[in-house]
Amino acid sequence: MARILSILVGLFFTLSLAYTFAVGAYTAATEPEAPTAEHEFHLAPKHVSFASDGPFGKFDRQQLQRGFQVYQQVCSACHSLRHVAFRDLEQLGYNDAEVKAIAAQFTVPKYDTATGEVASNPGMATDYFPPVAYGGQGSPPDLSLIAKARHGGGAYVYSLLTGYQDQPAELLKHFPDSKTPDGLYYNPYFANLNLAMPAPLVDDAVTYSDGTRATLDQEAKDVSAFLIWASEPTMDKRKQTGWPILGFLLFATILGYMSYRNIWANKKH
Amino acid sequence: MSFPWAKVYTPEHPFMKWMDERLPLPRLVYNAVGGGYEVPRNLNYFWNFGFLAGLCLVIQIVTGIVMAMHYAANTGVAFDSIEMTVRDVNWGWLMRYAHANGASAFFVVIYIHIFRGFFYGSYKAPREMVWLLGVVIFLLMMATAFMGYVLPWGQMSFWGAKVITGLFSAIPLVGEPLQQWLLGGFAPDNAALNRFFSLHYLLPFVILGVVILHIWALHIPGSSNPTGVEVKSESDTVPFYPYYVAKDGWAIGVFAILYCAMVFFAPNYLGHPDNYIPANPMSTPAHIVPEWYFWPFYAILRAFTANIFFIPAKLMGVLAMFGAILVWFFLPWLDRSPIRSASYRPVYKWFFVVLCLDMLVLFYCGGAEAKEPYVMISQIAALYYFAHFLIILPIVSAIEKPKPLPFSITESVLGKDEDAVLAPSA
Amino acid sequence: MAEEDGVRRRDFINVAAVSAAGVAGIGVVIPLVSQMSASADVLAASTTEVDISSVQTGQAIKAIFRKQPVFIRNLTQREIDEANAVDVSSLRDPQTLEERTKEGKTNWLITMGVCTHLGCVPLGAGEGEPRGEFGGYFCPCHGSSYDTAARIRKGPAPLNLQVPDYTFTSDTVVTIG
Repeated sequence: MARILSILVGLFFTLSLAYTFAVGAYTAATEPEAPTAEHEFHLAPKHVSFASDGPFGKFDRQQLQRGFQVYQQVCSACHSLRHVAFRDLEQLGYNDAEVKAIAAQFTVPKYDTATGEVASNPGMATDYFPPVAYGGQGSPPDLSLIAKARHGGGAYVYSLLTGYQDQPAELLKHFPDSKTPDGLYYNPYFANLNLAMPAPLVDDAVTYSDGTRATLDQEAKDVSAFLIWASEPTMDKRKQTGWPILGFLLFATILGYMSYRNIWANKKH
Repeated sequence: MSFPWAKVYTPEHPFMKWMDERLPLPRLVYNAVGGGYEVPRNLNYFWNFGFLAGLCLVIQIVTGIVMAMHYAANTGVAFDSIEMTVRDVNWGWLMRYAHANGASAFFVVIYIHIFRGFFYGSYKAPREMVWLLGVVIFLLMMATAFMGYVLPWGQMSFWGAKVITGLFSAIPLVGEPLQQWLLGGFAPDNAALNRFFSLHYLLPFVILGVVILHIWALHIPGSSNPTGVEVKSESDTVPFYPYYVAKDGWAIGVFAILYCAMVFFAPNYLGHPDNYIPANPMSTPAHIVPEWYFWPFYAILRAFTANIFFIPAKLMGVLAMFGAILVWFFLPWLDRSPIRSASYRPVYKWFFVVLCLDMLVLFYCGGAEAKEPYVMISQIAALYYFAHFLIILPIVSAIEKPKPLPFSITESVLGKDEDAVLAPSA
Repeated sequence: MAEEDGVRRRDFINVAAVSAAGVAGIGVVIPLVSQMSASADVLAASTTEVDISSVQTGQAIKAIFRKQPVFIRNLTQREIDEANAVDVSSLRDPQTLEERTKEGKTNWLITMGVCTHLGCVPLGAGEGEPRGEFGGYFCPCHGSSYDTAARIRKGPAPLNLQVPDYTFTSDTVVTIG
């Protein structure tokens, strides 16, 4: 009885699925999904390597400082960095005084207990990067986690920054409705191909204090490296902790295996 | 129950004697996972995953308590409190990654544990209760994992909460009010986040309780084994301590290496990038997917794209998704073959292999975007899933001709079993 | 004999394996314990800079240092004289005003605003608050009275109000901590 019931229930589910499959297959055959410009022209991030890649990777502090310079002089006009505190910049190799000086270049809104008002003060080392007022089109995302919040991470940021181009003629030929709207900019690395941010970097957008030539490619790489750091400042520590732990576990596991062989030595199984 | 030849706990030290007369906890442990628990000698490595699942539960409870010390269950600060934990708390990054990857590790272990049960017929008499409690644990784990994933209040957290509670709105008549009751509002917000946190903290201890029942129920008939032949004589078994303590011990080492490799070198590999974007009720991510361990069931949910007579596709999907797990409860009565182990079931064995592949296909489709051909593939795969449990299993178990079983565990190991022949058990 | 050596070697491996498990256990406990100690953002906020240019002679302000009140008082000459007139050996916690202030800045009395009895905030720093019978601070919880050098004179508190580490970064700015 139970088995007959089960077969009936089973037939209900399987026949339902067969039916929904048939309906779906019919729809797919008669009304094939129209290709979209996003689907045809979107590109996966470029292959680019960073010093912090891989289990042995470590941040290149010199590069992080350059990347921070790009962030400060270019990106910070529109993008905040709210999870990072100025004190964190010490990890980039800046000393106490330099961190204080950098912090003081930012104005941080603070609630004044005496007046009950929010006043803007020069930042202190303990403050976090302040919010950025932005009045233009689009909504610039906060950048503190951007390298973790996008598929491809740092490579995505790099590809986006270096990926601006004119809309390909072929795209317009196949998808005449997909012309980049006014005020948006074509970038095949962006999910829907058109974004509100104009190409932010050009050659010599900044002058590096360490003498590195500030090409667009170099700037994009540096600021991507900086944003990888900003999204996980503890990454170096994580990897450096991991290796000795793995080494110990390997040793302990081998001991454990030998002990297991010992204990079972006289027991066939 | 235990076998008559099992060693009896005899406290030597006066304190242990004193203790044994008042609170025989050491005796309990001795009989549960010590020298007093006789276990078949022929268990293979698939039998390590029960112990590993227990370890995972402990890892999750310990790291979870730590995370709760730094977490704030309020939609305004939840996301930031987790970032602060990772960035500023001593070892906070380790706790967070250990907890997030611990959930994944737990599901890897539990899926292997469950499929071990499918292959070796661990659900069959007299172990039905072990199996039923196990399915309860799995359901509780799914609820706990889902609510835990909501807590960081990222984009996937928010939309996951919305979609999963939306499943209940498919229920006719009571659906909408039920969803509002679950969320304490019209959409996920503070009320939902707070209750999810409360329940996410509570449920692991409920799981712990059911795990104790699961182990208790297991100790009545004792562990099953790869032959599926019940224990006959003393030569069939070895005491848990030291034999299986040693075996589980080194298995823990292997597990720890793989787990630590994930935690330290690829901690975000199994997570979704969108959950590093704070929740935004005004904008849905392009591609909503649950965590990987829900993918097979998510594929079944999405497989229904057409109404079935008067049943809307949405309700059908929800019924199928829950049905896909609930069917496990009936497994002991669907599979009537007296043979436990698929090693001696030439037909079922192949259907088991197909089921494994089918789960992998469902897994892949569940993680893919909701478009063709993935939807059509998942429809076929879901069809097999239900056919396997509800049609194939009952029929195959009735008509299959099994291979001859070994006389006993000892015979399967040594090729002969003199003990049992000389002194057959009563 | 060879067999006995074998047995001993096996025991050694078992002991080593169990020891390794013990080491791993201790290793796990370290982060679990240390996660409870103060986090980086809390430690970073462990120094406070206070601008004292607006504090007139005879006035006091309350500042926040490590999430606790600090009293910064600009003593009058009379208060300094009063404090110096006390016989130090008669005090419960013998200290002179000089020992409790910086050289050349004897008028700046900087102390924690935390009663050494059970941690209440004493009165006396705010405008119009009672200063107790010794003219310094008065703790309303259990009636401890402090004098003009914030030394305990009466009541249950065992010690003088604690003087935190601080330096004058300039004539008008004090860095505490």
